[in-house]
Amino acid sequence: MTSYIGTATSRIDGRDKVTGTARYAAEFGAPDLAYASLVTSPIARGRLKRLDVTAALKVQGVITVLSHQNRPSMADNDKAYKDQVAPRNGSPFRPLYDDGIKFSGQPVAVVLAEDLETASYAASLVHVAYDEEPHVTDITRQRYNGMALKAPAKPRGDATKAFSESDARHEADYFVPIEHHNPMELYASTAIWNDGRITVYDKTQGVQNVHGYLCGVFECDPGDIRVMSPYVGGAFGSGLRPPFQVALAVLAARAISRSVRLVLTRQQMYAIGYRPAMIQRIQLGAKADGSLNAISHDAVTSTSEYEDFHRNETTWSSLLYRSETAKYDHKLVRLDLPTGCDMRAPSAATGVYALEAAMDELAEALKMDPIELRLKCYSDRDQSNGLPFSSKNLRECYRQGAETFGWSRRNPAPRSMREGHEFIGWGMATGVWEALQMPIAVRIALTSNGHAEVSCATADIGTGTYTIMAQVAADMLGLPLEAISIKLGDSTLPQAPVEGGSWMAASVSNGIVTTSQAIRDDLLKLAQRLPGSPLKGRSGDEVVLANGAIALKTDGRDATAIADVMRSAGIDRIEREERTTFAKDDAHAHNTHSAIFAEVRVDEDIGVIRVTRVVSAVAAGRILNLKTARSQIMGGVVWGMGMALHEETLIDHRFGRMMNANIAEYHVPVNADVHDVDVIFVDEQDEFVNPMGIKGLGEIGIVGVPAAIANAVYHATGVRVRDLPITLDKLTRKA
Amino acid sequence: MADSNTPVAKASPRSSPMQQISVALTVNGVRRELEIAPWTTLLDALRERLGLTGTKKGCDHGQCGACTVLLDGRPINSCLALAVMQDGSDVTTVEGLARDGTLHPVQQAFIDHDAFQCGYCTPGQICSAVGLISDGRARTRAEIREAMSGNICRCGAYPNIIAAIEEAMKAT
Ligand code: FES
Ligand code: FES
Repeated sequence: MTSYIGTATSRIDGRDKVTGTARYAAEFGAPDLAYASLVTSPIARGRLKRLDVTAALKVQGVITVLSHQNRPSMADNDKAYKDQVAPRNGSPFRPLYDDGIKFSGQPVAVVLAEDLETASYAASLVHVAYDEEPHVTDITRQRYNGMALKAPAKPRGDATKAFSESDARHEADYFVPIEHHNPMELYASTAIWNDGRITVYDKTQGVQNVHGYLCGVFECDPGDIRVMSPYVGGAFGSGLRPPFQVALAVLAARAISRSVRLVLTRQQMYAIGYRPAMIQRIQLGAKADGSLNAISHDAVTSTSEYEDFHRNETTWSSLLYRSETAKYDHKLVRLDLPTGCDMRAPSAATGVYALEAAMDELAEALKMDPIELRLKCYSDRDQSNGLPFSSKNLRECYRQGAETFGWSRRNPAPRSMREGHEFIGWGMATGVWEALQMPIAVRIALTSNGHAEVSCATADIGTGTYTIMAQVAADMLGLPLEAISIKLGDSTLPQAPVEGGSWMAASVSNGIVTTSQAIRDDLLKLAQRLPGSPLKGRSGDEVVLANGAIALKTDGRDATAIADVMRSAGIDRIEREERTTFAKDDAHAHNTHSAIFAEVRVDEDIGVIRVTRVVSAVAAGRILNLKTARSQIMGGVVWGMGMALHEETLIDHRFGRMMNANIAEYHVPVNADVHDVDVIFVDEQDEFVNPMGIKGLGEIGIVGVPAAIANAVYHATGVRVRDLPITLDKLTRKA
Repeated sequence: MADSNTPVAKASPRSSPMQQISVALTVNGVRRELEIAPWTTLLDALRERLGLTGTKKGCDHGQCGACTVLLDGRPINSCLALAVMQDGSDVTTVEGLARDGTLHPVQQAFIDHDAFQCGYCTPGQICSAVGLISDGRARTRAEIREAMSGNICRCGAYPNIIAAIEEAMKAT
């Protein structure tokens, strides 16, 4: 029975969010709460020489100042600091561990005081002297000094030779700067002290990841720490790994045996993680008819001096289009910055930007329509391994997207369309992401009053997890949505992976199905004991829970109310916890796809760029909630606009310091930047990816958008800008 | 390495006590009296002293709008206002918009139009929208977008925020 899945259901946590009752990490307290404030390093590399806390300690209300010199003990091995999603190679950063300075913005002391203002004032009185060492923070200067990484796919044929023999060729560098997630909620942890045990309210995408990390770092029993995160004010990947403030809040609570709250400033958050800058070189060669005969994609990305963080930027060009030959290369550069981290569609937002901007340039060289070129190279198989896709309705994305956008009315010549003092440009691009799922456990407690509580240690970071969980549970248990309550964001709940990679909707939904089936089977056994039960001899697959009753699937007749079944069995509660794993489907490639169409208007005189229309047509399997799904894609489109036109973290390389570490000078799109965004979900049934055919939406929304906008800017102005963001000064600069 | 012989330093209150000032505010219709340091912002007074955490801190620098409240009916960034300077004012926060359990039309429209995702910018957006509607100057979609551009939504709910405000405008 399906009555909620697939509908445009409003968020079940909506009322809490619009009334201000939803509480985030910094909004839990305790009577003995102390406030923490950080002192951070202004140098990028070296050692802390001297720490003078005299003046800070003189301020009334200051409790203590913690540093590496007087902190409580912490683990002394890398393994303890490696969280679930830490890079395989390297030594994770250990906050307040010793006198070494690895990046500008590194915390070196924690001031604890009776109130917030006193803590931050006293932090300004801590004097620190450093021994500075030379640092390197500029990726462009290190471009040729990177370490080689394993390519995501084997090369095919001789791409160098094929490229040189191609009828049409395009070759260029594409640059993406450092970008920061900047979720609206400040990174915060409140550690509530309770006789040696600590409950931490934390801003995280994975309570159990943080829990495991804290137990390792502080060498304590799992029962001594509990991590809670009922609401998360955005994260976008920055909350996958435990940020330093959670370790410091717990460290401080242990030092003073009191509850402690530590909220980072917006500026301090810039040291948590970011999308690393990258330089990509693409070569595309094609025959005169548009069929590709050479793809070559080289990427240079950066990491810290202490950990090897990277994703595969080139993997996307290895799978998307048919090409006779292909080769890939990825080099990793070490810089004196904190380790980067995953940020919405890591590697795809960037790698596909370069590929799809290059495809537009190739289409122009071929004098071909950009969609036609993509259809010419369309592949029903993952080109990197030859596997057919479990489903791929990208063709329909192109068709429906183009029709909604009105693409057929496009005059292909640059600078050919205008209205008033503005040039109009139309561009398009393809998007691709992977469809994943992870093992997960879900507990359901059904009570005879017709209520079910569904719990799992997952997170809702704004994605709508609460709501889709309730929808799936309501449908599977045959109950109204209002009869379902959801518990998540608590490390003591059944096991869940971190919420990321767009895998949570598929994982938790299938997990709910598994546990609901166990509940159904329990109910069936009880029902069969009733005298004259029509369900006698039937198996679980033959019955369904619907309208508060258990009935035969075939005709829905002979229904017995669940309440009656439970009452006659003399029980008022059935509780089941089941773990769901997913069979490996080695016969297919699993991906989501999209086609994005963008309209920009560029002022003829001053070059101001406005994105006036975006159509995003998405093929992502089964859509659970049309309302929240649309919002996910819309949010991704807004992120793509930011990436194309606004976002860039600037470093002053003389100091190795981020210069615009705030939300006024790091530009993100605001309301006036966003006009019409049209989201289309193309029908896509997938019987292989997982039993429910869900593919996930968190990442696909951004992928391709920066290229579609960049291509539209070219179409409007005739100027190719290949280093993001496309700011108006770049439209008039001399090459 | 940590030196375990170094004791955890304890502060001795040697400097002069921070002067506290009495302030009376009407918050969501209730008179609240506070003894407060002159450097405490209205935002921190609401969140840390009055337990009204519906008003959010996103930057503390007047850059994001998450801390927007209505001061005598007008939207302001409460992170840029010192609590002691608001003595005698009337403050409405997101907690004070619903009446007897019935949501304010803007709140309801935000739910109906899915005008948020993570919800962190939402109280600020809603207070700005309520101020905008009662001010009555922004009428067209472009004007609303412009007027709402002091409230950043990193989740990118902007088109839905506009749809919600347009609907609430019709209803009021
Ligand atoms: S917290 Fe006040 S404007 Fe950001
Ligand atoms: S809803 Fe998340 S920032 Fe607006």
